[in-house]
Amino acid sequence: MLLIDCPWCGPRDEVEFSCGGEAHIVRPPEPANLSDAEWGDYVFMRQNRKGVHYERWCHGHGCGRWFNVARDTVSHQVLAVYAMGEAPPEV
Amino acid sequence: MAQPFRTAEGGRIDRSRSLAFTFDGREMRGHPGDTLASALLANGNRLVGRSFKYHRPRGLLAAGGEEPNGLVRLRRGGRAEPNVRATLAELYDGLTAESQNRWPSLNFDLGAVTGLATPLFPAGFYYKTFMWPPAWWPAYEGVIRRMAGLGRAPAAADPDRYDHRHDHCDVLVVGGGPAGLAAAQWAARTGARVILADEGSEFGGSLLSGNESLDGKPAMAWAERILAELAAAGNVHLLPRTTVSGYYDHNYLGMLERVADHLAEPADNQPRQRLWKVRAGQVVLATGALERPLVFADNDRPGVMLASAAQSYVNRYGVRPGDRAVLVGNNDSAYPAALDLAAAGVRVAALVDLRPEAHLDWLARLDEQGIEVMAGRAVTGVEGRDGVRGVRIAKLSDDGKGIVGGVGREVECDLLCMSGGWTPSLHLFSQSGGKLLWDEGLASFRPGEAVQAVRVVGAAAGRFDLTACLAAGAEAGNAAANDSGHRRRGRGPRRPTAEEMPPPLAARPMFLIPGGRGKRFVDFQEDVTAADLQLAVREGYRSVEHVKRYTTAGMGTDQGRTTNVNALGVVAQELDVSVPEVGHTTFRPPFSPVTFGALAGRQVGELLDPLRRTPMHGWHQANGAVFEPVGQWLRPYYYPAPGEDMQAAVNREVKAARHSLAVMDATTLGKIDIQGPDAAEFLNRVYTNGWKALKVGSCRYGLMLGEEGMVMDDGVTARLGEGHFHMTTTTGNAASVLAWLENWSQTEWPELRVYCNSCTEHWAVVSISGPNARKLMAELCDDVDLSPEAFPFMTWRQGTVAGLPARIFRVSFTGELSYEINVPAGCGLNLWQTVLAAGEKYGITPFGTEAMHVLRAEVGFIIVGQETDGTVTPLDLGMDWIVSRKKDFLGKRSLSRSDTARDDRPQLVGLLTEDPNLRVPEGAQLIPGSDPRPPVASQGHVTSSYESPNLGRTFAMGLLQGGGERHGEVVHVAFDGRAAPATVTAPRFFDPEGSRARG
Ligand SMILES: [Zn+2]
Repeated sequence: MLLIDCPWCGPRDEVEFSCGGEAHIVRPPEPANLSDAEWGDYVFMRQNRKGVHYERWCHGHGCGRWFNVARDTVSHQVLAVYAMGEAPPEV
Repeated sequence: MAQPFRTAEGGRIDRSRSLAFTFDGREMRGHPGDTLASALLANGNRLVGRSFKYHRPRGLLAAGGEEPNGLVRLRRGGRAEPNVRATLAELYDGLTAESQNRWPSLNFDLGAVTGLATPLFPAGFYYKTFMWPPAWWPAYEGVIRRMAGLGRAPAAADPDRYDHRHDHCDVLVVGGGPAGLAAAQWAARTGARVILADEGSEFGGSLLSGNESLDGKPAMAWAERILAELAAAGNVHLLPRTTVSGYYDHNYLGMLERVADHLAEPADNQPRQRLWKVRAGQVVLATGALERPLVFADNDRPGVMLASAAQSYVNRYGVRPGDRAVLVGNNDSAYPAALDLAAAGVRVAALVDLRPEAHLDWLARLDEQGIEVMAGRAVTGVEGRDGVRGVRIAKLSDDGKGIVGGVGREVECDLLCMSGGWTPSLHLFSQSGGKLLWDEGLASFRPGEAVQAVRVVGAAAGRFDLTACLAAGAEAGNAAANDSGHRRRGRGPRRPTAEEMPPPLAARPMFLIPGGRGKRFVDFQEDVTAADLQLAVREGYRSVEHVKRYTTAGMGTDQGRTTNVNALGVVAQELDVSVPEVGHTTFRPPFSPVTFGALAGRQVGELLDPLRRTPMHGWHQANGAVFEPVGQWLRPYYYPAPGEDMQAAVNREVKAARHSLAVMDATTLGKIDIQGPDAAEFLNRVYTNGWKALKVGSCRYGLMLGEEGMVMDDGVTARLGEGHFHMTTTTGNAASVLAWLENWSQTEWPELRVYCNSCTEHWAVVSISGPNARKLMAELCDDVDLSPEAFPFMTWRQGTVAGLPARIFRVSFTGELSYEINVPAGCGLNLWQTVLAAGEKYGITPFGTEAMHVLRAEVGFIIVGQETDGTVTPLDLGMDWIVSRKKDFLGKRSLSRSDTARDDRPQLVGLLTEDPNLRVPEGAQLIPGSDPRPPVASQGHVTSSYESPNLGRTFAMGLLQGGGERHGEVVHVAFDGRAAPATVTAPRFFDPEGSRARG
């Protein structure tokens, strides 16, 4: 079980959080202008990366806040924790 | 009462006290300090079980947790536990144990006598068997289940309690042998918080079974001094009888403490077992090493055991595991074992050394005892079926792959002790992500690079010299404490020195001993032989993971502790490659079986899940409501009058709502308070319809979609003020809808000033429904104009109801004139009782969820999760009217994707069976023809089905392919082997104009 450093509450067990999947996927501003393929790409396609993965987590059983995590999907090491809206850090 | 194999003195048992126990009904006695295994051996009982597949008689192979054969059913009734390793079961007075996997009895087993089992179980028997026609499977299953299998689970409820404990520590030391004790001592001296866990009943590890000395005194005296120091320290938690079974991410470890398994039953307020979940700063693994069996013909006969086990039985338990022993080994370990056996009065007939030359220093010591040493030879066979009567010893060829100089000679004995080398116990290290490296000299894996904050010391690291193990333990304990931020002041403890042992002579790795005809077992518990592994390779398996699954080698409850390396060796030999080229299988938690009781802990029965009750719950209970769980809520299902069955009660409740007045406790509806200047814009984005024009004081029904366009939730939301809304959700989705709203407001639209809060439990809701609803409201409320013009449908008003401050919502889920009266939760019961008393003249009838379902279905309202299942769009439901064309909303673009826009998707329809009294089951498939026999393609399914007293017949709703265009068609509802014809209709059966709710 991961130990995740909530920016508001400090390090807590993974059970207090929920993972919201890949981060930095921006909702297209004008969905109506997208092709089926482009929209499908936004809704369904994810990177499933081996190595550094930028993902969203929510401290649902704590402060309730969403934030971003950079995690190594091989070692599960949490490499960085950063705010929503922030650019992904170099890790 | 005699224990013929008990030594006169020595060991860690208390001969002054005697304990009675039974095995398969036979009464025997042992002493405190015994395990069931040692007590059985003391009584001369060597047969402990029948093997998994072949039902071969089996005895004890080991003396510790790696035991694959001695699995017994312990205790009786609800406390009975199958598959307990006899080597870990501490003896207590009155213990009862039974052997497993035998029929009719252990000594006379039909499966073994007839040889019935043997042809059934080649390598991969599951795969091969289940390739035959599926219709035959049940017959095989019956046979295989009876022949193969572990013990029976008890049928009675477990009377004991199990606990969970969460803890943190700076340094967790796993294993209380010499290296672990030294690590714990050095870590503790820094002031770090230390946990020391060991599987055994006593700390000491290998010292308990050996007879080494430290600084000239018995090594256990040193261990006891360290233990006293640790017990007295305030920063150390000693956990004996505790198996660390899982090593998870970020140094999170699971441990099972067997708190009361060594007692007949737990003391008052004592749990039987406790599951620990520990987040450790640093971990020191001092998990030791396990001796490997040698793989020769009939190496599973009762009386064949590991040399270290025999040593443990004589030294620790004061038991002679036989009268006349032969030892065989490929390394030095058999030599000291031979001396220990001899010292305990066992006649040692011979020591067979696989190596071309014997170890000369040890040879000299054995010579003094008159023990013959035979080098360059191997045991190639075992005489005796239910117990060893003799062994055959033959000369090995130079390459070790054959026998030379004839079949060799037979030596009479009743005990054969073997040592095939040592396997460091690296299950936990491997679970932690650490890499394993092949060590040629050890002929086993040793720890490589660590991924987590963990150190491996002692035999687990491939070190077998006691002085070196103690030094490594001390160093690791100290370093781990330092890394967790603790430093020792002053000098460290003195490091003891062990007596000098003869220098080790290189082992002769040999994974398969040639010669002999009998089965050569690699996995004793799973009954896998070398021939099975070779067959798997010949059948084309190359990956060791595949060989493991195909043969089941290493897949028993012992996790292949004594198996894995030998299996790899046999596979490598058959593939003609080196062991590291074969690689090793993955180790996964748990290292050792964890009981369901411990995993569940206190979360059983009433404590399984929190139960939510409304403020009116007591009234419902007192008035005979039958309850139904909805999410965590318990809601009245229906209220049967005396003598009424469910259908009669529901019919009465439904009729009351349509003809006069009915009342429901709607408190469980999810409620979310949404505030902020941008609240309307926010709702406009999450709901399919428009929200900006909604007037303060009005309500609107809304549908939420996921981005894939599928219906996620629905409910009515009211505008309380310009920037203030009261949203309702379905009972079961309240939490997930709030999470959904938070997700969008925090992550995608942080610029919107909007705040969402759950207020489900702040309000109690009494919903009155029926033609007389307004009349009742008029009696209870005098500060709101209730006329249809002043307070129309889909609006809300603030007022006073029955003297209570209330929000009154004129919304309807029943299709009748309805008011949902919200009062502060504490006033709920008061309001409920007042409403019932005042409504008596209208025959006011409380109704439950079933009547609510019938009422809403009659007027065609959907229930999310019943009419929908995550694959249904609003268009599929015929709810185009609520889907805005003007604005964007979550999921909108998906509605025009090629698949979602298909016109032959399953669409919501009404279904009226030809037989008006037939109520079809929900979930039944819809088929075009009248022949239900498979194969027949499904065109959809029934989502809701009821009997309606208002319609005078049954009715149903369902999702039917292209159903929107098929009204009037006859389809068939397939269930119970029949196909009932039903006419497709619009999904609305009563009051099609919806005038009653608006009235
Ligand atoms: Zn937090």
